[in-house]
Amino acid sequence: MTCEEAEVLVHALIDGELDAGHAREVEAHIEGCAHCAALMKEYQEIRQAIAESDVRYKAPLELRRKIEKALPQPQTQAQAAPSRRSVLRGFAMGSAVSAMAATGLVAIVLRSDDEQRIENEVVSAHLRSLQAGHLIDVVSTDQHTVKPWFNGKLDVSPPVIDLTAQGFTLIGGRLDYVNAREIGAVVYKRRQHVINLFVAQTANTERKSAKISTLQGFNIRRWSDRGLNYWAVSDLGADELTEFGDKFESAMRANKEG
Amino acid sequence: MVVNASQDDPEKARRFREAALPYLDDAYTLARYLLRDAADAEDAVQECYLRAYKHFDSYRGPAMKPWLFAILRNVCRAEYARRKTAPTAVEELPEGGEQTPLWNEAPETPEKQLLRRFDGDTVRKLVAALAEPFRETFVLREIQNLSYREIADVAAVPVGTVMSRLARARAMLRSAWLAEQEQVK
Repeated sequence: MTCEEAEVLVHALIDGELDAGHAREVEAHIEGCAHCAALMKEYQEIRQAIAESDVRYKAPLELRRKIEKALPQPQTQAQAAPSRRSVLRGFAMGSAVSAMAATGLVAIVLRSDDEQRIENEVVSAHLRSLQAGHLIDVVSTDQHTVKPWFNGKLDVSPPVIDLTAQGFTLIGGRLDYVNAREIGAVVYKRRQHVINLFVAQTANTERKSAKISTLQGFNIRRWSDRGLNYWAVSDLGADELTEFGDKFESAMRANKEG
Repeated sequence: MVVNASQDDPEKARRFREAALPYLDDAYTLARYLLRDAADAEDAVQECYLRAYKHFDSYRGPAMKPWLFAILRNVCRAEYARRKTAPTAVEELPEGGEQTPLWNEAPETPEKQLLRRFDGDTVRKLVAALAEPFRETFVLREIQNLSYREIADVAAVPVGTVMSRLARARAMLRSAWLAEQEQVK
């Protein structure tokens, strides 16, 4: 085999696309040819470097919104609020933007198998947010700036609480997309760790106490209170994320009482 | 972007959402590399999803991603054609790009030298600077992880062409990588 041939075939070898016979021939050539061996090593290194660097783009929310809007919406029930049963069926069909989107009451009702899927989506949203320039749409450490920013952008604006005194700095807010709908994310930081707090409305007003889970190396603390579902996602340890959630919940209670 | 009434089928829309929307970031990434312009990429992806929805009835699988990409690629090619007639046409090939023999582009490097690692922005820039059709082949392989067969289907060329384009794309990228490395030294 000539170098010229090997320089083409080596790529198919790297990609695992060569049949066994050709693979052996290329390997034999490379063993005896320092030039081709060095090239192959470099190609592999470049390949590795690309796989490990952030070369992907995130679709803008606006694009997602335009595409969603152009698609026929799932069947709407009459103007009456949907029964819990129909909400569950909406989910069983995999559709989150259910009848309630039309009536203005958008809700997320979780069944256990949906819960896992949504946690996956929440972690993906967290990961996307960490890419350059995607973390925050409104940059502010002031809750009175972040909170009004959400107004009019979502059916329900998430509670924005300053926890700086408790060691979690509010850095801004963002619109994100989870479970086929827009959702508010309030962004906090502790040291160099980002915490995304995703907040979505739910038809279920029952309080659910916090559960910690781990997915792809991220911790998720999920709870529900007064008609809102919360997911706090971070690479912080479970103990610190628990602390964050506790501080947040007690600040919410204080707000209500005060 | 409006879908006409005969296609206003919520069940179809639901299946389409589930099948196609998870690839939105992938499609947008491909469009960014093909068109090298954020606004054009956004338009192209939107058009791609509209067309995909229209043809969703005839979709038989197996893989959604290459199917979407084939549509997206056609949309992007229409955009190239438009640009060619526009005053600010983007040059597709640097002069002689296709003719340069592969192995002349591979200067010797000291064997022990490791390639330098660059940040994401630099790598994006290097990939985006590759000439077409090598950039397309490269992005489909290295960023989208498609097989040669899938790339051949998306680009409507034989598998052998995919292999030779990829070889050239990697050789070009390697040269650009070494040049960048030289520059920042």
